[in-house]
This record gives sequence, structure tokens and C-alpha cells, in this order.
Amino acid sequence: MSAVLSGKASHSAVTESASVRRLLIAGALLFLLLFLLLPLMSVFFEALRNGIGTYVEALTEPDAIAAIKLTLFAAGIAVPLNLVFGVAAAWAVAKFEFRGKTLLTTLIDLPFSVSPVVSGLIYVLMFGASGWAAGLIADTNIQIIFALPGIVLATIFVTFPFVARELIPLMQEQGTDDEQAALSLGANGWQTFWHVTLPNVRWGLLYGVLLCNARAMGEFGAVSVVSGHIRGETNTMPLHVEILYNEYNFAAAFAMASVLASLALLTLGLKSLLETRHGEALSQSHKH
Amino acid sequence: MDITLSTIDKQFGQFKALDNIDLHIESGELIALLGPSGSGKTTLLRIIAGLEFADGGAVYFGGEDVAATPLRKRQIGFVFQHYALFKHMTVRDNVSFGLRVRKGETRPDKASIRRRADELLDLVQLSGLGDRYPHQLSGGQRQRVALARALAIEPKVLLLDEPFGALDAKVRKELRQWLRELHQKTGVTTLFVTHDQEEALELADRVVIMSDGKIAQVGSVDDVYERPASPLVFDFLGSTNRISAQVQDGDLVVGGQQVARYNGDQTGSATLYVRPGDLRVAGAGDPGLEVTVLNVQRTGPIVRATVEIPPTGQRLAVEVPHLHHDVKEFVPEQTLRLRLMQFSVFAAEPEFIKDGVSTPHLIGRERLRQVQ
Repeated sequence: MSAVLSGKASHSAVTESASVRRLLIAGALLFLLLFLLLPLMSVFFEALRNGIGTYVEALTEPDAIAAIKLTLFAAGIAVPLNLVFGVAAAWAVAKFEFRGKTLLTTLIDLPFSVSPVVSGLIYVLMFGASGWAAGLIADTNIQIIFALPGIVLATIFVTFPFVARELIPLMQEQGTDDEQAALSLGANGWQTFWHVTLPNVRWGLLYGVLLCNARAMGEFGAVSVVSGHIRGETNTMPLHVEILYNEYNFAAAFAMASVLASLALLTLGLKSLLETRHGEALSQSHKH
Repeated sequence: MDITLSTIDKQFGQFKALDNIDLHIESGELIALLGPSGSGKTTLLRIIAGLEFADGGAVYFGGEDVAATPLRKRQIGFVFQHYALFKHMTVRDNVSFGLRVRKGETRPDKASIRRRADELLDLVQLSGLGDRYPHQLSGGQRQRVALARALAIEPKVLLLDEPFGALDAKVRKELRQWLRELHQKTGVTTLFVTHDQEEALELADRVVIMSDGKIAQVGSVDDVYERPASPLVFDFLGSTNRISAQVQDGDLVVGGQQVARYNGDQTGSATLYVRPGDLRVAGAGDPGLEVTVLNVQRTGPIVRATVEIPPTGQRLAVEVPHLHHDVKEFVPEQTLRLRLMQFSVFAAEPEFIKDGVSTPHLIGRERLRQVQ
């Protein structure tokens, strides 16, 4: 029975002949292999070329550990803050009508359209030695540029859109009926947000946070401008890779790069796992 | 809780959604807001709930202006067309939501909340489904959960926005009956919005017919159906035959035929409105309208015929129950005389011009059924 059915399917009007299909699939696979898999594999290959000992050593030397710590720290501040900003912005845009809403929506997208280098530069222009905001902090001991605060600021700026962009369409599609129902039942604003709005978008939110985190850890351009590249102090993982590479320390550079690549693979895995569940949650919401 | 609306105005941009609405609703009434889409009925409901705010006028609950009372304090049970159930909560948690979000002493203990939720699920005939999730229920069941949830807060007023609009015809009929019974049991003042005239007439104590942001007529089901205030109301409450006529010396004349006695004293051109189901074969000596039968269709319980008024060629629809003795008279190409059992007559030319808009003016009606 199934043989009959599949036989019919292969003759259906929208299907190419077997040879054409094979050719197309082979082409796509070859492309994937050449441009994605081979480079990725070569990262791990280069990292482990001099043996596992060198690999571990490269990752455990003090500067490398400092870079990993700094990256985790910067992401650890930027991601939760952008989680809060993103949810607040999405909530405002999706659930309320106000003047300047279009402008706000455009502004949320700004970090995506601006070159990361410019994103870094604006903080240098603001807080650098001759920056207009430098005077504000001149009396205090706080240093922003070429220090941790600058890195965190640049990371927040660059990763700002991820959570908001993920939530706005989802919240808009869900409308405000659920919230209105909760309010009519006597819930206050906070209870409504916590018990109704947030659970409705939880998978979308997690998805946005994941993407935000991946970018926060991998950001190079903006962070590079504000960091100052002080080894062991203001070097994040991507910057550390660049320094090592420029010093012809390929094994160490690729070792650090392999950590970043693993991180990306992990994010991708979680992302596709979520997409399955997130997709279900969405289609469930369609059923109502 | 009785509700009074006083000179409610609402504007959306250039669009006047509500224009000077006055309405009083007695405590315990079941009221239908009926009108085509865009007539302002949903906007009015949302203003009563506090989901929307009027540009002018006031809403009174039991004589008290509620302008300063926000939605969450109005004790309104609001039921949405698409249920708006909380998807991530069980049915029982949905129903008890209004009790669980209460603060301090007003919040019952967990056991009473659960008991109350189960009582309400019994009331809406969903006993035993408390642990399910909304997506595991049918549309009709979901809407009943939404109702139970709204009733949990012991609302002073129950507002339903097209409550059965998303359901199929059979479930819709069942739920109508059920809502009627529920209203008798609970006695909560209830307003529902619908564009389905059958639903409005079947369910409501009183019907508020809306059009273009204004109230076209308010009245009991019999009032609005048998004594429509305007052609618009007549048209909206069922299928209609429209016939040009003359009013002369107490007679209603169509194409030279004297079709009915008319008890008003106006004279002039008029439009006669008669429903297909209010046309019957006239006996000898009855006033009537001579027509030629064009075709006959049997559609189950109703036999539909198309007839033509010979001099003008105007066609009319006639509906007769399939067991009625008139049915055998409807033979194609036969000529017969039809009696207008009940009809309305409106002046053909607008008598009044108001705000540049012509308002159809009622000049009279005759109900032969009562005369004889």
C-alpha cells in the first residue's frame, strides 16, 4: 500500500525527476560542507593539532581565564538587563497605544542597523577623555572606556533588540483579551503581567534570551572599540582570539575559538529544541 | 444592579462610534445589543465594562457614576468572543483566578476556592473537567468555562461580547437555551452583544437595536418584531418584501389594487414592508393582493414561493409551513390573492431632513390579525 502511495507521489506534478533531485541535494550538501562544516571542523582540528595538552594549557593560562571570566561577566550583566528592557519595551509596544510608538519600534531596531564599530564608538565619544559626558564622571573614580563598564554598555547596546524583537510580534498576535479578562476578574497590573502575560510568552522569551546571550558572548566590533585590549583585564574571548592570532599563536587562538564555537553550537541546539516546543506553544495558542 | 447610560459619545478618529446614547437597564434584565457590524454595539458594551472610555456622557451602576472606577474594581463578569481563557492554567485554575488574585481577608482559603470552582463547574455542566487544559476542550465547553470564570467573582453585571459567535450553529442553539436557564438561576443583570437577530429575539427580555452609533429601537421582543420603529429595524429583524404603495382615504393601494384597510389619516406615497411568512392566501371577501405564482421550492419545514404582482412585475417571496393548507394553492403560473396578515407602512419620501440625513418617517401600520 505504502509502496503504491510513494510511487504515486514521485510522479506528482510538482516533483522533479530522481536524477535532478539527487543533483540538487548533492549541490546543497556540498555547499554546506565547504562553507560551514569544513571551516567549523578546522577550528577544532587546528585547536587540537598540537595535542590535548597544549589545548588545555591554552585555555587555562591566566589571560585566557581572565578573558572567559570577563565574557561571562559582561554577558551576565547585559543579558538580564536586556531581558528586563526587552520585556518592558515589547509590553509597551504590543499592548498599548501611545504617541511615538512607531518611533520607539524603529529605535529598538537601531542597534541592528548600526555597524558594531559605530556602536562602540558612540560610547568612546561620550565617555572618552574628551567626550561630552566625561565631565559627569570626572570627579569620581569610575572609568568607563577601556574598562568593564564600557564593555558592558557596548554589549547591552548591541544585543538590545533580540528579546524585544522576539516578543513584539508574539504579543501583538496574542492581543490584549487575556489581560483584559484578568483585569475584569480583579487582578492588578502586576498580577496580570506575572500570571497571564509572562506565561503566554515564556517560550518566545527564552528563545530571545538565548539569541541575546549568544551575541553578547560573541560580540567583537563594538567591544573592541571600547575595550582597549588590555590583556588579562579588558579582553573578552573574541578579542583574545584576535590577539593570539596576531601573535601567530595559532593553537591557543583556535583553542579559544573552539570554546566560542562550542558555545554557538550549544545555543543552536537549544534554539532548535525550543523551536519545536515554541512552535507547539504557538500553534496551541492558535487553537484557542 | 441596574445600569443607566446617559448621553454616551465615543469617537474613533473621524468615526463616530457612539452618538448620544441613553439607556436604562433594570436589575436582573437580560438585554441583547443587536446591530450590524460597525453599529457601535461592542463599543457600548466595552464602555459599560470599563474596557473603553466614553468621550462624553456617564455610566451609572445602581445610581452611582462609575467613571472613576477602573475595570478591576467594577465587579464585571466579561465574556469574550474568543473566550480569552488562560492557556497555561487548568480549567479549575481558570475558574478560580478571580478568587486567587484577591488580597488579604477578601481572599478565601485554598479549600474554599477549590470548592467554589467545582461548584461553578457543576453549574456550567462541566463537572469533572477541572484538571483539563483549555486546549483539551471543545469550543462550547471553553465558552462555558469562560462563563464560570466570570461568575466566580459574583459579578453585579454580566457582559458577553458575541459569546456564541465562534461556535457552530448546533452548539450555539444549545448554549442559548442554557444561558437563558443560567440567567433565571442566577438573576444577574446580563447584557450580550450579537449580530444574530434570531439569537437576540430568542434570548433577551429586551432588545436594543443599534445602527450607526445610535439606538434605533429599544423594546421587548414583540415590540421590536411586530412594531418596528423604522424600515431599518424591520429589515434587520428578518427577511423583508418591500412594495411601493399609495395611501388613499384609509386604503392601501398597490398597483391599482386595494390590498388592505389602513387606519391612519395620512395620504401619499408609501413603502409597504411585509415579511414572507406573513403572507397567506386570502379568503373570498378578504382584502388582498392579486399575484401570479412563478415558482415553488420545498425546503424542509418551509415552502418558499416566488410570486409576481402583475401590473408592476415586482416579485415577492412567500413562506408557508409545509403542512399548511395554503401550500396546495401555490402552483406555478396560477393566479391567487394574498392577504397581508401583518405589515408596516413607512412614508416613501423622507418627511424630515435632520442633520442633512433623511430619516424615514413612520406613518402607520395595520395588524389585520387583531382586527378580525
